[in-house]
Amino acid sequence: MSDGQFWQIIAALALVTAIIKAAGPIALGGRTLPRWFANVVRYMAPALLAALVCVSALADGERLAVGADTAGVAVAGIALWRGASVIVGVLLAAAVTALLRAI
Amino acid sequence: MNASFRAGLRAGVPYAAAGFLLSLSFGVLAREAGMSAVAAIVMSAIVFAGSAQFAAISIVAAGGGFGPAVAAGALMNSRFLPMGIALAPSLPGGPLWRAAQGQGVVDSSWALSARGDGTFDRAFLFGSTAPQYVTWLLGTVTGALAGDVLGDPDRLGLDAIYPTFFLALLIVELRNGARAQQAAALGAALALALVSVTPAGVPVLVASLAALVGLRDGTDDAGDPDGAQETAA
Repeated sequence: MSDGQFWQIIAALALVTAIIKAAGPIALGGRTLPRWFANVVRYMAPALLAALVCVSALADGERLAVGADTAGVAVAGIALWRGASVIVGVLLAAAVTALLRAI
Repeated sequence: MNASFRAGLRAGVPYAAAGFLLSLSFGVLAREAGMSAVAAIVMSAIVFAGSAQFAAISIVAAGGGFGPAVAAGALMNSRFLPMGIALAPSLPGGPLWRAAQGQGVVDSSWALSARGDGTFDRAFLFGSTAPQYVTWLLGTVTGALAGDVLGDPDRLGLDAIYPTFFLALLIVELRNGARAQQAAALGAALALALVSVTPAGVPVLVASLAALVGLRDGTDDAGDPDGAQETAA
């Protein structure tokens, strides 16, 4: 791929991302929220985050695959649940994954 | 600089440290995909969205062109649509000013700045995004310029950092009670069911529908008094 094509991808992705992030605030900003809306919003974070974790730890392209990285994330998950900080968690995940790939 | 902003800064620092490693691996992969160091750094500066950047680069590395790369990145970022809708009522000002403020959202700052009642602490959000933007750039610069020294990012386990980053945020949410756990279980199930049948990015967008568990009657479950009857998702 040429340099020019990379720059086109970068520009397009920056523009699309800005539009996506702006859409909600432009359409719905500055109002008081109805009760049902607040009730749905508060559960968006766990829903989206759980999906991101599962897809990024288990999916390899468009199929599911358990690998060394899955094990690394699982070990880090136990540490995080027991109160480890996020930086300890990510270093542990990388270390376990690297170790499993080395042996 | 108010107290909320400073609290956000402090809360963002651990995620910023993790983000440094993440963007470092992005810098390495971008160079491997044939991107110049300058292009990789500019991409991090103006796109500033890890999953979209990784998605676009991996498609280019696999031989894909402009259309597929941009579409994959856009789908990855489509999760910012529900996040922006959720955040919108907490942003003051006219439409353009609100749109500008909406650019400050990243996953961790959005999740960390939620007050738990459906509103968001705006200053906290900007505060926690700020250090993450700085390290996202620094990591990309390091990876793009020093990638040859580091070698294969997979060998170093750097690909495990991204899921763990989100797991740390998820665990904070899971401590909020049974209903949050229900939303998480349902969101994960929806996403995993769709992974093999939809383009990348769609599973996570659809998973936001799991938040509709909040429509079921019942009040605050933070104290988890009725957890026993709510465990089935």
